[in-house]
Amino acid sequence: MPTALPTRLLATALLLAAAGPALAATAYVSNEKDNTLSVIDLERMEVTGTLEVGMRPRGLALSHDNKLLYICASDSDRVQVLDLASGKIVKELPSGADPEQFALHPNNKWLYISNEDDALVTVVDVDSEEVLAQIDVGVEPEGMAVSPDGKWAVNTSETTNMLHWIDTTTHQLVDNTLIDQRPRHVEFSKDGSQLWASAEIGGTVTVVDVASRQVLKKLNFQIKGIHPDKVQPVGIRLTSDGKYAFVALGPANHVAVVDAKTYEVLDYLLVGRRVWHMAFSPDERLLLTTNGVSGDVSVIDVEKLKVSKSIKVGRYPWGVVVKP
Amino acid sequence: MRLLAIHGLAYLLAIASAALLATHSQAADGELQVRIGYLAYRPDPGPLLSNVIPEPDDAGLRGAELAITDSNSTGRFLKHRYDLQVADSPNPEALLDEARRLHADGLRLFVVNAPADSLRQLATALPDSLLFNVGSADDGLRLDACPGNVLHSLPSRAMLADALAQFLAVRKWTRWLLIVGTTADDKAYADALRRAAKRFGHKIVAEKPWTFDNDQRRSAQAEMPLFTQTAEYDVVLVADERGDFGEYVPYQTWYPRPVAGTQGLTPTGWHKTVETYGAAQLQKRFEEHAGRWMNDRDFAAWIAVRSIATAVTRLRDTAPAAIRSLALSTDLPIDGFKGRKLSYRAWDGQLRQPIPLVHPRALVSTSPQDGFLHPSSELDTLGLDAPESRCRLSDARL
Repeated sequence: MPTALPTRLLATALLLAAAGPALAATAYVSNEKDNTLSVIDLERMEVTGTLEVGMRPRGLALSHDNKLLYICASDSDRVQVLDLASGKIVKELPSGADPEQFALHPNNKWLYISNEDDALVTVVDVDSEEVLAQIDVGVEPEGMAVSPDGKWAVNTSETTNMLHWIDTTTHQLVDNTLIDQRPRHVEFSKDGSQLWASAEIGGTVTVVDVASRQVLKKLNFQIKGIHPDKVQPVGIRLTSDGKYAFVALGPANHVAVVDAKTYEVLDYLLVGRRVWHMAFSPDERLLLTTNGVSGDVSVIDVEKLKVSKSIKVGRYPWGVVVKP
Repeated sequence: MRLLAIHGLAYLLAIASAALLATHSQAADGELQVRIGYLAYRPDPGPLLSNVIPEPDDAGLRGAELAITDSNSTGRFLKHRYDLQVADSPNPEALLDEARRLHADGLRLFVVNAPADSLRQLATALPDSLLFNVGSADDGLRLDACPGNVLHSLPSRAMLADALAQFLAVRKWTRWLLIVGTTADDKAYADALRRAAKRFGHKIVAEKPWTFDNDQRRSAQAEMPLFTQTAEYDVVLVADERGDFGEYVPYQTWYPRPVAGTQGLTPTGWHKTVETYGAAQLQKRFEEHAGRWMNDRDFAAWIAVRSIATAVTRLRDTAPAAIRSLALSTDLPIDGFKGRKLSYRAWDGQLRQPIPLVHPRALVSTSPQDGFLHPSSELDTLGLDAPESRCRLSDARL
């Protein structure tokens, strides 16, 4: 049973919850091939617990009050809701088949889920557990983001190679932007003016102006000693101050540091093997990366732009979030 | 004689009007129509010993169909509409007629699932069209006198043999016994293995032609050990493309050694057990569509249509010459669910791609193997590299 937790782990989870928000920022990492989450204490920089969840956990998202963790359990065809205080799965949402990534609307109620096998985006009300809408998009929907003002939900489709713009007031698809091959992830800038999208096979990141939905810039990456075919951008994170963008480059085993204003690539940081996704610590001084093949998390010091540590987690870590 | 002339004139007129049609593929409502012909002729392999599990007879076609659906998903948003016109013929002459008919109807993009001879005929008969070869692994098509209007999405025998030989080199299984079947295809496969053995430092310690004409299903246990009693080898290589006797070699060899080649550990363009890099999603879509597993020919046809669609999406045009030159440039990364972008070789039009090594129910490895280096792309350690091939497709125009 996926919801059952060994007492020891439960105690750890309770302990973490009790330690208070200021000290103990906690990272949750989904281990795709272990059906677990690794819990990392960011003060101690070590794994303090492992939570059993549904099959093939990938995308993770926190509720805006940081009380709940939403988990895409892809092969269980559901989104699980973990109560972080108790460490228990309290709810399972009707997600549609094979949920991979999702995004929570600023209203903290609507969850936009991409259903990879069905070419659909499913919108679920997390309180009433109702499906509000299902929207036809391209083949193999993957990346999902909601704009900070809540107006847009944007989905990427890996085989159709597009960004699909969904108006959240009507839940209609209103526009599509063609980008390079296999778009995997989308991320809005904090002010909502830009959308950054990675194309894994195209090897590029496209920056789109949200107001006009026109492409502003396409970024390329070149790492000395690594064949361009292995440069496969996946996860993207932007700092709140608009200074940096970090791009995880998959089997190139590097994270690119981009000047978010000039779009110039400043550096490439060597991390673990097949780097997928990333998350900042609450103060944005640390950036964690999940490294699928090496089964660990690299910790990047954002100020120094150096990798400071790696932490062993479960098999094939994929998603990561940090709770303050 | 006069009749013939009239007939010829009519044919010329048909071609001229088709050319007019082709330039007007933009429909009235601004929709770009992308019409692709699927031409298939598969010769009967004759009676086979290992006929217990039959091969699907629609291999190739089902992959092309799925790619049309996938491509229309982008097309729907861009007002591009893809459709497939299928001509499946019992002999090469009928296929040529069908191809001419489709050409007269305005089609200029074709996916061809046919043996090398038939493909060459079609390439000559349709000089202003672009053909994708999804049916012939023949190295001759890639080595010299390459048809200038053909790109190959099915891996060549040389690529398959190199992929296998790299893995055997990593395992240090360098002493080979080679068993060669009776058909010309088997001999061509054996040639590719000999070439790979030389490139990657293997030694063929013994070579035997397969001459038995009895039914090995009943007698393999008695005969195969004796047949394979030669100088000591690390691995047995089998060249039996039809699957006549090769299935009965594993576990029956004189020395307790693995079997590889057309049976046993097999290099192939695609297999059910390929699942990483998003391949699981493609497999699921295919199985939903076809009700069976996707094989190498299905994949070759799928990626041929996807190559066309990727180029059309970029060009917003269906002109075969433009698609061809974009495909032969380094500027058309193709997503083939193989962990890296794929592209066509500028010299012979072969799709460079990683090659899975499989046994019937598992993926064993994927080549190129780590450590086999190449100045421009490690994928070019598989198959005919630029210095070996005498073709220079990118220097010529359609």
